[in-house]
Amino acid sequence: MSAVIESHDHEHHHGPAKGLTRWLFTTNHKDIGTLYLWFSFAMFLIGGAMAMVIRAELFQPGMQIVEPEFYNQMLTLHGLIMVFGAVMPAFVGLANWLIPMMVGAPDMALPRMNNLSFWILPFAFFILLSSLFMEGGAPNFGWTFYAPLSTTYAPPSVTFFIFSVHIMGASSIMGSINVVVTIMNMRAPGMTLMKMPLFVWSWLITAYLLIAVMPVLAGAVTMMLMDIHFGTSFFNAAGGGDPVLFQHIFWFFGHPEVYIMILPAFGITSHIIETFSRKQLFGHTSMVWAMTSIAILSFVVWAHHMFTVGLPLAAELFFMWATMLIAVPTGVKVFNWITTMFRGSITYETPMLFAIAFVVLFTIGGFSGLMLAITPADFQYHDTYFVVAHFHYVLVPGAIFSIMAAVYYWIPKWTGNMYDERLGRLHFWLSFIGVNVTFFPQHWIGLAGMPRRVPDYALQFADWNMVSSVGAFLFGASQILFLFIVIKTVMGGKKATAEVWEGARGLEWTVDSPAPYHTFTTPPKVT
Amino acid sequence: MNEGSKKTIKLLCFAVLGMFTFSFALVPLYDVFCEITGLNGKVELSATTNQNLETEDGRDLAIQFVSHNNEEMPWIFRPSEDTIKIKTGEFHTATFYVKNTTNKTMTAQAIPSVAPSNAAIHLKKLECFCFEQQELAPGEEALLPVKLLFDDQLPESINSVVLSYTIFDVTDYNDVELTEHHNEHDHHDGHDMEPAL
Repeated sequence: MSAVIESHDHEHHHGPAKGLTRWLFTTNHKDIGTLYLWFSFAMFLIGGAMAMVIRAELFQPGMQIVEPEFYNQMLTLHGLIMVFGAVMPAFVGLANWLIPMMVGAPDMALPRMNNLSFWILPFAFFILLSSLFMEGGAPNFGWTFYAPLSTTYAPPSVTFFIFSVHIMGASSIMGSINVVVTIMNMRAPGMTLMKMPLFVWSWLITAYLLIAVMPVLAGAVTMMLMDIHFGTSFFNAAGGGDPVLFQHIFWFFGHPEVYIMILPAFGITSHIIETFSRKQLFGHTSMVWAMTSIAILSFVVWAHHMFTVGLPLAAELFFMWATMLIAVPTGVKVFNWITTMFRGSITYETPMLFAIAFVVLFTIGGFSGLMLAITPADFQYHDTYFVVAHFHYVLVPGAIFSIMAAVYYWIPKWTGNMYDERLGRLHFWLSFIGVNVTFFPQHWIGLAGMPRRVPDYALQFADWNMVSSVGAFLFGASQILFLFIVIKTVMGGKKATAEVWEGARGLEWTVDSPAPYHTFTTPPKVT
Repeated sequence: MNEGSKKTIKLLCFAVLGMFTFSFALVPLYDVFCEITGLNGKVELSATTNQNLETEDGRDLAIQFVSHNNEEMPWIFRPSEDTIKIKTGEFHTATFYVKNTTNKTMTAQAIPSVAPSNAAIHLKKLECFCFEQQELAPGEEALLPVKLLFDDQLPESINSVVLSYTIFDVTDYNDVELTEHHNEHDHHDGHDMEPAL
């Protein structure tokens, strides 16, 4: 894809406002992207600190550090913060920074709504975190907040939790509407849908998923609110409701949600592998179709999270086969990435290292997912550490690695400075070793029967839990290095060229580094 | 903003509202789905209106009764007989013994469930204590009847059915607590540990 940039009229350009109000009132997609990314980094560190508490308690059997009640609160908040506070806002931040530049638009379609959708997020998480200091403590029912744990037996702070989920949902929905409207209506002339870069495609599909399922999540928490405060019985068996209904509604949201957290990662990985293999991506069109089919299939597999609730045989079979079907488009994607690398002139800069690790480790997570999809096997694996290992493999070296890869890949464009390659690689190897030492042994202790969501465990699981905790501390500590590298790059460093990476494809590499405050005020022509 | 954007925004807002509505529509859809298919062992909480259920020459069927107390429900609750032998297409009446062991008037709701779940749609009841809430005074006991029939459409493979009831404590404790709260203070209002019903 090549682009012709027309000469700009620089008279009307103005830089950012000065001081704090720049960030409060900004409607600039780059500023808002930066805000999202820093916010998600802060949440990543807070959620990570909670994970450290969890792994410290599990370092040895027996109760050493925290009370079981507090352990449950850590477990719940860790999940909620990582999903809604770290991964999703990071992807929205990347979308804000990159989508307008990638499609040749001057900004997002709805800049003021963009500001609103970011600035309500800190309030949502302030409310959620403040519940730690409330009477009865923070939510303690797991990030899946199954009723009746989250209704009849919930701490009083559950109402604040519900309110904060509503705000997060509103933020995501507004963000998604913005993304869809931008992509559908503001592409540069000549940029047809099939010419769109894959990150844009992945976000278009993600945004549709969000628009479809975030309202369902809002509905689920609204029903909880009504059960708790207004005497309804949606999930209360005594009043004619059904707790299993909660699980159906939750996972109808929840399964598309897990693809919301991985589809943008597919887009990012495609760009990075293409650039550092110095070849055109293999199978652009099949990538688009693979992502679309994964998104559609995500709506008909939700009950594989609830094989053990007593589904009829027909349903068990349907959800098992539908789930296995997802392996086909996912396999197409992995095949395309490997084929892109095949006989390429590969160099191993930090983004590429993270991207390759993504492909390998995400595939491992995909395979353990296939094992869990087998209904009779799932009866054995359900609610064990095997499940924990599975979803951490797809989320940490999956979603999180792709976000880190994206930061290293695009940070020269954002700041105008190259990051420190030596430190970047060190960060990669520490994270890579840390993540595997943490989560791989969890497969074994899970298969051996250790249940998830427990603060204490039987003695035979002690050794691997200790190994896992050591890995977690290594992974956690290496993220401080990441923070240091990012700050160092923002402060200065070797100046980046406009192209940054040799042979990088895409409109964002045609503008200066750092990207000017306003780009593509005159649309580029895409040929 | 161009016309195309406005149109897209409108469509997306409708989609959001539609999906929010859909999440609530899932509740009745789920019930209807379970009722039609009998999945989940769900049983209708109302008397059958079908008059032509009774048939001659039914086959033998064993019904096992199971009773559960939800969480810390203190009542004694058990079936009068653990197992009865019936014939399909004939009505039978079974009873459950229940006693309020506390010194408070309490209200309970029983929720039925059938296993195997594909027997659920063939269970028809003329009357059942689960159709309404049961209120018992302190120490009061009762025999609660259920008049039931399994129609002759019951799959051949099913020779015995488990009918389980769970009783839930649905006493309105807000009233109880309010009363107790009043009692602790000087405003003794004569309700003395009894809920204001």
